[in-house]
Amino acid sequence: MLYQPWPWYVAGPLIAIIMALLILMGKKFGMSSNLETFCSLGGAGKFSDYFKVDTKSKRWNLMVVLGSVLGGFLGAQWLSPNPAVDISEQTVIKLKDLGFESAGAAYLPTELFSIEALANPKVWIILLVAGFLVGFGTRYAGGCTSGHAISGLSNLQRPSLIAVIGFFIGGLAMVHLLFPLIFEA
Amino acid sequence: MKNIVYILLGTFLGIVLYKSEAASWFRIYEMFQFDSFHMYGIIGSALAVGVVLVFWIKKSKVKSFTGELISIPDKEKSFARYILGGTLFGLGWALAGACPGPIYILVGAGYWPIVIVLIGAILGAFVYGLVRARLPH
Repeated sequence: MLYQPWPWYVAGPLIAIIMALLILMGKKFGMSSNLETFCSLGGAGKFSDYFKVDTKSKRWNLMVVLGSVLGGFLGAQWLSPNPAVDISEQTVIKLKDLGFESAGAAYLPTELFSIEALANPKVWIILLVAGFLVGFGTRYAGGCTSGHAISGLSNLQRPSLIAVIGFFIGGLAMVHLLFPLIFEA
Repeated sequence: MKNIVYILLGTFLGIVLYKSEAASWFRIYEMFQFDSFHMYGIIGSALAVGVVLVFWIKKSKVKSFTGELISIPDKEKSFARYILGGTLFGLGWALAGACPGPIYILVGAGYWPIVIVLIGAILGAFVYGLVRARLPH
């Protein structure tokens, strides 16, 4: 059981329990604010007062990040003999049309996330731009999936609902309108 | 001591998101294609349990483990920053196939190109800090 992919009805409630435990520790569940803490630690305060914060008060969240890295290691190395993600057949067909031959046979597309793929400069640009949009967008919106979609909506916050609607406008536009332009097979 | 608890919570989160495949680029694409219930099930069941737990925490006025009062602040009221920032985030989420939590998790899982995504994300947060005064909020 443990070594099979975990079903949604196990994962979802566990995520909610992690959020509740963080609240009961007097903190909150939000992964993207760490990106700002990294900036502050790297000396971004020299360029903008926005980054002049007491990073000690953010250390607990960096520990959560450290744990996540460790969790990813354990999940991948010890708990997953077969990393292939069993996505739906229609999805596999759509992805093969876009040139993703690894669809249905890997955890991440090897066309983007293998060392060999990095021989193509286009892949570097795609990954860098994708990351930039994630970092810029999440700080502009004041939260990401954990802070808005899980924490904010659990607390019935209208701003989080607006943000999640934005997540889907952006995500749907990317997958349906831009993917065919970016990944022409 | 407390640090260890945070590390353990993070580790648990990492295992849950990795093993449920919420950290898989393929699952995010499939979600935006509406081809599977999987991701909606994860987010939906997290919310169903989350709403009850947050309601209970607020209603019961339970103290934190260290005895402090718990306050869950309301999000600042605005429209522009949430819809604009949210849309930019969504574009990145679909292209990278990972939001911030899974980015860290995938570093641990050893998918090294995700480090480029992480560097991009830190750069994005940095540029936001530089230009935020000029953006509608």
